[in-house]
Amino acid sequence: MRRISSAWLLATLAILLPVIVLYSMTVGTVSISMAEAFSAAVDRLFSSADSIGQTQVILFDIRLPRILLALLVGAILASTGAVMQGLFRNPLADPSLIGVSGGASVGASLMIVLAGGAVESGLLMGLSLVALGAFVGGFAATILVYRLATSGIGTSVTTMLLAGIAIGALAGALNSLLSYFADNDMLRQISLWQMGNLSAANWAKVWIMALVSLLLLVSFPRDSRALNALLLGESEARHLGIDVQRVKRRLIVLTALGVGVSVALAGMVGFVGLVIPHVIRLLIGPDHRWLIPGSAMAGAILLVVADSLARVVVLPAELPTGILTALLGAPFFIALLLQQRREV
Amino acid sequence: MTLRAENISLHLSGFDLLRNVSVQVEAGEVTAIVGPNGAGKSSLLRVLTGELAPTKGAVSFNQRDLNDWPVEQRAQMLAVLPQHSLLNFPFTAHEVVALGRIPHQTGTLKDTEIIDQALQLVDAEYLQKRFYTQMSGGEKQRVQLARVLAQVWLPCKEGEQILVLDEPTAAFDLAHQQLTLEIVRQLAEKGVGVVMVLHDLNLAARCADKLVVFDGGLVAAQGTPEEVLTEQLIDQVFGVKAMISRHPLTNKPLVIT
Repeated sequence: MRRISSAWLLATLAILLPVIVLYSMTVGTVSISMAEAFSAAVDRLFSSADSIGQTQVILFDIRLPRILLALLVGAILASTGAVMQGLFRNPLADPSLIGVSGGASVGASLMIVLAGGAVESGLLMGLSLVALGAFVGGFAATILVYRLATSGIGTSVTTMLLAGIAIGALAGALNSLLSYFADNDMLRQISLWQMGNLSAANWAKVWIMALVSLLLLVSFPRDSRALNALLLGESEARHLGIDVQRVKRRLIVLTALGVGVSVALAGMVGFVGLVIPHVIRLLIGPDHRWLIPGSAMAGAILLVVADSLARVVVLPAELPTGILTALLGAPFFIALLLQQRREV
Repeated sequence: MTLRAENISLHLSGFDLLRNVSVQVEAGEVTAIVGPNGAGKSSLLRVLTGELAPTKGAVSFNQRDLNDWPVEQRAQMLAVLPQHSLLNFPFTAHEVVALGRIPHQTGTLKDTEIIDQALQLVDAEYLQKRFYTQMSGGEKQRVQLARVLAQVWLPCKEGEQILVLDEPTAAFDLAHQQLTLEIVRQLAEKGVGVVMVLHDLNLAARCADKLVVFDGGLVAAQGTPEEVLTEQLIDQVFGVKAMISRHPLTNKPLVIT
């Protein structure tokens, strides 16, 4: 497949992203035109607090945090996916391979079952108990996988993949066990959470996610060249002057943090971390200096679009976002694979 | 004494892979390591490049212990071409060779110039924009050779440079085998020390200043090709009856089996 210029792609995505965010502001159960949204924004900025209308509440307390959360979660899932695929030298790797998703879903289910009905009322700084459980579970699983794969001579990527699969299977079993003991209401909560849902977004969640995203997106570029070298193999990377063990540890911790927080705040949104880096790589090649920012922006766009659709496809109800990311992403991915097959 | 292994023993999962091996690789010289399969040639390369720590003995590089060099500085002086590459991502040839410039801070402009020249040198200019994953085995290996050449392209102020090649000619046709040996000779004339594993004794005799013959984890002989290549040694090490003659043009030893 022929490549397109990476500068061109990044520029296009950078223009597309804000346009899509603005358009997404107008989409939802209550339809708000661009002009109304604009005047509401002006009001919000320049008039006193007591004149807040319904439009303003919908736009700035419901939609905007939700869109921003979708944007950040999409960016983090896709960029950590790109990092994991590079680190594991496997274009089919994704963050769930290191155990984050499995561990997170056990943590979340456990909280839902233990805390029962108290879950949605027990808010702490906007972070529900479920989110906390998911984060702790995801991080613990990653550390377990990492420990299993690390011996005196370093971390074996192959062992880590296998350990990730084993921990994933274990997490699946624990999840089923928890579901088995859960009552109907808990069961519904568990399955809704696993579908990925952004409807519970608020500003506190956006701020947490923004801080984590900032940390990751500032840290990743300095390891881009190391990731490029790692594609040759670990000893080759070492011969190119890369401190492989340190780079690996740093990237795994950052990924566990990013994905753990994403999953905690937005549930399981699958597919973005696997497909987006793959698509971007097909378009501009595997150079991580462009692949990571490209994936971040494309992931943000996919999740904002998917979430906008989730708000309107089954009006007046809403679909969980995770269902839509897969519905949107899968056909696109299959089309790309077919095109690639024809050209090889 | 640029790269020196002293009394190296390597004991790995119950096997003695190397026993009391001492080898020196000098800057500006070509050292070829030969020997039957499983004799310990690749193990020695892995010890010399710091991939494996020897059970006994030490490796010194530019008057320091090999492991005392910071990884980045070491990479400016020591480049390694493995026998096989795991790369299965669609980098272009240009991008693969560019990886060889990672340890250096010479700037994009200078790097591009070096990458182009390195590709030209290994007869792989025409591969510039082609994807590594779609190349033939010989083309891939040439691109990898260009990558390690780019890594030691300019002299390093920290110390002498060494290029380590593990069976560089295995995937090549006759023309590219010759080309590789010419490149290696040129590099040695520029002052780089080259150490490589070769299987073809005649190629080794033609190109190397020094031969190291391995057998069963021990050094069976080392010295100039003329000193080392004898009918008795070849029978003893490889179990093959051979005749030693002289190449009519180069006057180097010629092994006829």
